[in-house]
Amino acid sequence: MELILLIFVFVLAAFLGFELIQKVPSQLHTPLMSGSNAISGITMVGAILAIRSTDGELGMWLGFVALILATINVVGGYLVTDRMLAMFKKKGK
Amino acid sequence: MEFIINLSYIVASVLFILGIKMLGSADTARKGNRLSAVGMLLAVVVTLLESGLDYPWIVVGLLLGGAAGMVWAKRVQMTGMPELVALFNGFGGLASLLVGWAEYAREKDFAGSEYQTFTAFAVIFAILVGGITFTGSLVAYLKLSGKMSGSAMTFPGQKAINAVVFVTLVVVGTIFIVTHAGWALYVIIVLALALGVLGVIPIGGGDMPVVISFLNSFSGIAASAAGFVIFNNVLIVAGCLVGASGIILTVIMCKAMNRTLGNVLFGSFGAAAGKSAAVEGEMKAISTQDAFFILEAAQSVVFVPGYGMAVAQAQHAVKELGSLLESNGAEVRYAIHPVAGRMPGHMNVLLAEADVPYEQLCEMDDINAIIETVDVAIIIGANDVVNPAAAEDEGSPIYGMPIINAYKARTVFALKRGKGAGFSGLENSLFFRDNTRMIYGDAKETMTGLVAQFKG
Repeated sequence: MELILLIFVFVLAAFLGFELIQKVPSQLHTPLMSGSNAISGITMVGAILAIRSTDGELGMWLGFVALILATINVVGGYLVTDRMLAMFKKKGK
Repeated sequence: MEFIINLSYIVASVLFILGIKMLGSADTARKGNRLSAVGMLLAVVVTLLESGLDYPWIVVGLLLGGAAGMVWAKRVQMTGMPELVALFNGFGGLASLLVGWAEYAREKDFAGSEYQTFTAFAVIFAILVGGITFTGSLVAYLKLSGKMSGSAMTFPGQKAINAVVFVTLVVVGTIFIVTHAGWALYVIIVLALALGVLGVIPIGGGDMPVVISFLNSFSGIAASAAGFVIFNNVLIVAGCLVGASGIILTVIMCKAMNRTLGNVLFGSFGAAAGKSAAVEGEMKAISTQDAFFILEAAQSVVFVPGYGMAVAQAQHAVKELGSLLESNGAEVRYAIHPVAGRMPGHMNVLLAEADVPYEQLCEMDDINAIIETVDVAIIIGANDVVNPAAAEDEGSPIYGMPIINAYKARTVFALKRGKGAGFSGLENSLFFRDNTRMIYGDAKETMTGLVAQFKG
């Protein structure tokens, strides 16, 4: 049952994602891409959950490397997007 | 505790949804980005409440990754943005691959799972999509940063090799799902990584906006697959949102080139060229001095930037010339083609960095409506996006692609480094027209030269 629920959530999220943005001004194409790219770093939650010393060496190390990579993705992605949007703002006003 | 964690995941998902929605409109974009960052922070913090975690390593990992991300984001030049986005994207993909692999390393037979077969399938899917995202983004990064030739690389038997890799993946994947054998997993990892390289090397520089936004969507799908591996709802939702909204952007890019996604990914562009009409006439050069006299008299000037402006880092000089023209009484606008440059929105980022006022940036359709009234159109390192063959020559490979109709302006200045063809290898008949004058040389130097004329 739990699996069905997750698939249910997945399908709904897919439709929501398609509907979420329709006409994006070309000015925002890059920030939209790098901002959503940062969200895909959500996999860092999965990496944290893999870092358990009780479960053997390999799994923990894989999780550790995954965590570093995903954190770069998240932190770098959000900061760079914010930097770009700050530039847009400045001249908008 | 489990309840609080899952409740917080729901809140985080809502913040991601609002964040993406707000990123789609100019007034709210910055707030939206911050909102989604708060969502991310919330998701990470509540995850730390799970029991059995090895905190010292987690803290080290967070600090290392956070510091590296911060330094990278602060240091990058706006001209280096496409390759940085590609690189970050690749990291996300690799992380999802590793999360899938780690789950297998933790529980070889997925015995703890009610759904052994499904979990095995999810592991493969996360590894496959994550691996393609990683090496595909890495190749895109190398191409964009100039560490590797940006042109399409093709070799005989390429399609056959891809087909063999794909079939092997399906066979070995099935074996893994049935037997959970370790060797099958390792084969899949290697093949996934190979597929990413094979998939992106035959794609040329001008198609990069499509590829980057497609890989961005892929990294979301990989995260979502990793979510199914560990049965985590926030990974599934957030990953899926990125995957789906990334497809929208990819479609926008494809439409701007009048091509389908399949055509970009699998149909090596330019290979079919050759039947297009021969270009007649000759290119007529003009000195910056003569160009200055024409510009001085112009009432309306439109800049059409392309990838060449990014390469020459000419955006500041362009903006300076734009301001001078404006104080000289001319109406100045910047016409931006959706796929100009190497990533979606590339030109907007560069011009924003140079402080070009927002009102002066025009989208393709708006500028085409008034292009006949424009005195001078200045093409700065753009090529295919202003090639009239797209409108006129049915034999041309880019026929049907929407372009900025710069050739309809009264006078066209084309800034170009040399006489060669664009990335696609197509001759651009615009450069041979009677109303076109070529200004050869580095775009930045040309611009600075014109600025000096105005000031002198």
